[in-house]
Amino acid sequence: MRTTLSPAAKIYLALVFIVLYAPIFYLIFFSFNSGGTMNSFEGFTLEHYAAVFDDNRLLIILINTVIVALLSALFSTIIGTLGAVGIVSLRSKKMRNTLLSLNNILIVSPDVVIGASFLILFTMVGVKLGFASVLISHIAFSIPIVVLMVLPKMLEMNTNLIDAALDLGATRRDVLTRVILPYIKPGIFAGFFMALTYSLDDFAVTFFVTGNGFSTLSVEIYSMARAGISLTVNAISGLVFIVTIAIVIGYYYFMSRSKKTKGA
Amino acid sequence: MKFKSKTALIPYILWIAIFVIAPIGLIAYYSLLDLNGDFTLANYKNFFTSAYLTMTLTSFWYAFLITFFTLLISYPTAYFLTKTKHKQLWLMLIIIPSWINLLLKTYAFIGIFGLHGPVNAMIEVFGFDPTQILFTDFSFIFVAVYIFIPFMIIPIFNALDEMNPSLIYAARDLGASAFTTFRRVIFPLTIEGVKSGIQVTFIPALSLFMITRLIAGNKVITLGTAIEQQFLVAQNWGMGSTIAVFLILIMFASMLFTRTKKKGGRA
Amino acid sequence: MKSLINVTLSILLVCGLLAFVAAKLDTSNAAGGDGVLTIYNWGEYIDPDLIKQFEEETGITVIYETFDSNEAMLTKIRQGGSAYDIAVPSEYTIETMVDEDLLIEIDHAKVPNLQNIDPYYLDLPFDPANKYSIPYFWGTVGVVFNRAQLPDHLTFDTWEHLWDPALKDKVFLVDGSREVIGMGLNSLGYSLNSRDDQQLREATEHLKALDGNVKAIIGDEVTPLMINNEATVAVTFSGQAADMMWENEDLDFAVPQEGSNLWFDNMVIPKTAQNVEGAHKFINFMLDPEVSAQNADYVGYATPNKAAMAILDEEVVTDERFYPSEEMRTNLEVYENLGLEMLGVYNEYFLEFKMSLQ
Repeated sequence: MRTTLSPAAKIYLALVFIVLYAPIFYLIFFSFNSGGTMNSFEGFTLEHYAAVFDDNRLLIILINTVIVALLSALFSTIIGTLGAVGIVSLRSKKMRNTLLSLNNILIVSPDVVIGASFLILFTMVGVKLGFASVLISHIAFSIPIVVLMVLPKMLEMNTNLIDAALDLGATRRDVLTRVILPYIKPGIFAGFFMALTYSLDDFAVTFFVTGNGFSTLSVEIYSMARAGISLTVNAISGLVFIVTIAIVIGYYYFMSRSKKTKGA
Repeated sequence: MKFKSKTALIPYILWIAIFVIAPIGLIAYYSLLDLNGDFTLANYKNFFTSAYLTMTLTSFWYAFLITFFTLLISYPTAYFLTKTKHKQLWLMLIIIPSWINLLLKTYAFIGIFGLHGPVNAMIEVFGFDPTQILFTDFSFIFVAVYIFIPFMIIPIFNALDEMNPSLIYAARDLGASAFTTFRRVIFPLTIEGVKSGIQVTFIPALSLFMITRLIAGNKVITLGTAIEQQFLVAQNWGMGSTIAVFLILIMFASMLFTRTKKKGGRA
Repeated sequence: MKSLINVTLSILLVCGLLAFVAAKLDTSNAAGGDGVLTIYNWGEYIDPDLIKQFEEETGITVIYETFDSNEAMLTKIRQGGSAYDIAVPSEYTIETMVDEDLLIEIDHAKVPNLQNIDPYYLDLPFDPANKYSIPYFWGTVGVVFNRAQLPDHLTFDTWEHLWDPALKDKVFLVDGSREVIGMGLNSLGYSLNSRDDQQLREATEHLKALDGNVKAIIGDEVTPLMINNEATVAVTFSGQAADMMWENEDLDFAVPQEGSNLWFDNMVIPKTAQNVEGAHKFINFMLDPEVSAQNADYVGYATPNKAAMAILDEEVVTDERFYPSEEMRTNLEVYENLGLEMLGVYNEYFLEFKMSLQ
């Protein structure tokens, strides 16, 4: 079924990828700069990479960031997916639209507003600021993006499929796990990855709801701005980037090979 | 559809109650307070001065431009991606750049677009004088589009990917031109994905703030910027909340335009 | 479904492993109370080696958290929920914090090193008798300019030079309403703490005439931009100017004579403090001449510590651009806390100015 890409299409894709990766390669390039800033390149050095492994505080912050991102993406994906499934099954059109509008409120609200109101919320309830409050907030602001990613898949799904399954005596649980979830899986993964993006990028909300020594990479980077961002941050981002790419390509390679051997 | 899943909705509704309704209540409440904490409608009156109305229009215009260009670039990208050999891998490679901290990438863009950056170096190679790219509408929209591209590509990719290719062959066999096939067959079938992409681009674009300063040098002022300023600089949470209320109203209005009409009678 | 469960389990496993590694790396045992000191400061605003030294000398474990603006820090301390023992706000914020009863009085008997501070920086209007705050760094607002790229008559000993037609599209302004409107007021010979609406209006109109010259209104990113010669002139803080000049030799710094702002970042002990004793120890530690000098060397801002100045490079502390003489300081004003109402007015005028830019 696959038609091969025309050269023009290949050039187009190449351009898109070049633009997407340009700032990252720029950052990585300067992480080798002995000049100490992201301005003129003075000479090659690995000192910033050495500094990463010397700086326990920064490493802990990096790990915190990754844990919060993975966990918040996971939980928001679960809640958001169930939400999207539920919304589509609602009988009342009005109810459905209301829920969707409410869903988008957190997406349109500027981070400062979300952060400040969450802070008031947490202190009112008496949640201790730190890992838990940050994780809960990240789950909260990632849910709407998951819903928006899963929803189109739900809407596309052929209802006859579900009806047929129910007619054949499948339980509701079966329908959910055997029919719906497999079909909307691409949407679920999209939601998960976008939730990761939201979590990793967030500065303002985390800033307000964190405390007691807990910090993430974004908060750290933003507060460095006044005195200049150290190239150690470039180095750590470069490392994270390389590791991520390696994991993704490695995983993909591994999966496609195991598929092939199974198929043979 | 006979399938009902009220239980699935429970955590979601709980989330809405705690993290959407409660903060909205707070914002609405604050929007009615003045600096001394007394009740007033002055904030709403202030909003209807020319400065804020102009700002609303500007925000709208830029959000529209950003969404338009994001869609323009993302749709063909998503389309071509579905035709590549390792499409899932390529899609992942589209997402990964968005995991690197945005402020860092913005700093990189400042360097790239600078008078002595690589882009201007290239312009000079072609014999032109270096031009001012940073702090212009162009750089602002470029970086905003950059940020939103993955958010737009993913839902469109997912919609295209599931499409039954025989539909396209059928259309082509029946003599439809490539363009007609796209307009009458492909695009309508991916409309849900496109709508989802537009929502996750347009709505946050209304409240962009950081890059209005870093990339546009405060020459573009959006509602998001104004809210940040009111909360963090002027310490006037009342006025900030009022602008936020209007932002939410505008979002509701824009939802009306992208509302699902066709498959409405699903239940 | 199976694959979804597998993914979920592997994510949880990865998180568990990472948490384990983090726990291994975390040598401190943060439990709160006497053994822990939580410091709330600007990012990169202290030499990390000094924190280690303090930990070794006192046995106190330091938790170092960072903020990126006075106002954001204020919001967090006001709301509570986190136990900050030390914070480093700027002077106008200290006034607000005192007004709102957010600070603990500092026991001067526990800070003997206070004698090292130049009396000039003590007992200032924002905190009489230094009841609540101890000086950390200080500086001015002025103009950084690229000597090599400018005609000789522009020396920026007057603000008026910013309006020079030779500067078309060459000026960066700092993104702060007090700074920019204050500059407008100063350029007209008014006080930068003016509450007179007529003067404010005049200042804004005067600023609007800058339109063609303003390239951008930006924040901290001005440092890399100026180092990289993206613009020839920038209105900015002295500390940042010092950073820039360190990297780019063509740059020079001047504080216009009509007057400008003199600012202070001071150490305070918020009411949220859990370890008041440790906070005093830390303040006293930071005032030690050797420590203070090392910190000033690392951060690059001007120290108020006289004993530390004696240790620092002669060349650094006699540079009148960053350590202006007493005579020069007479033209400088410290921001008064104008109250939120007036601050709102400044912001509205600043917004008006921003929106007039093309």
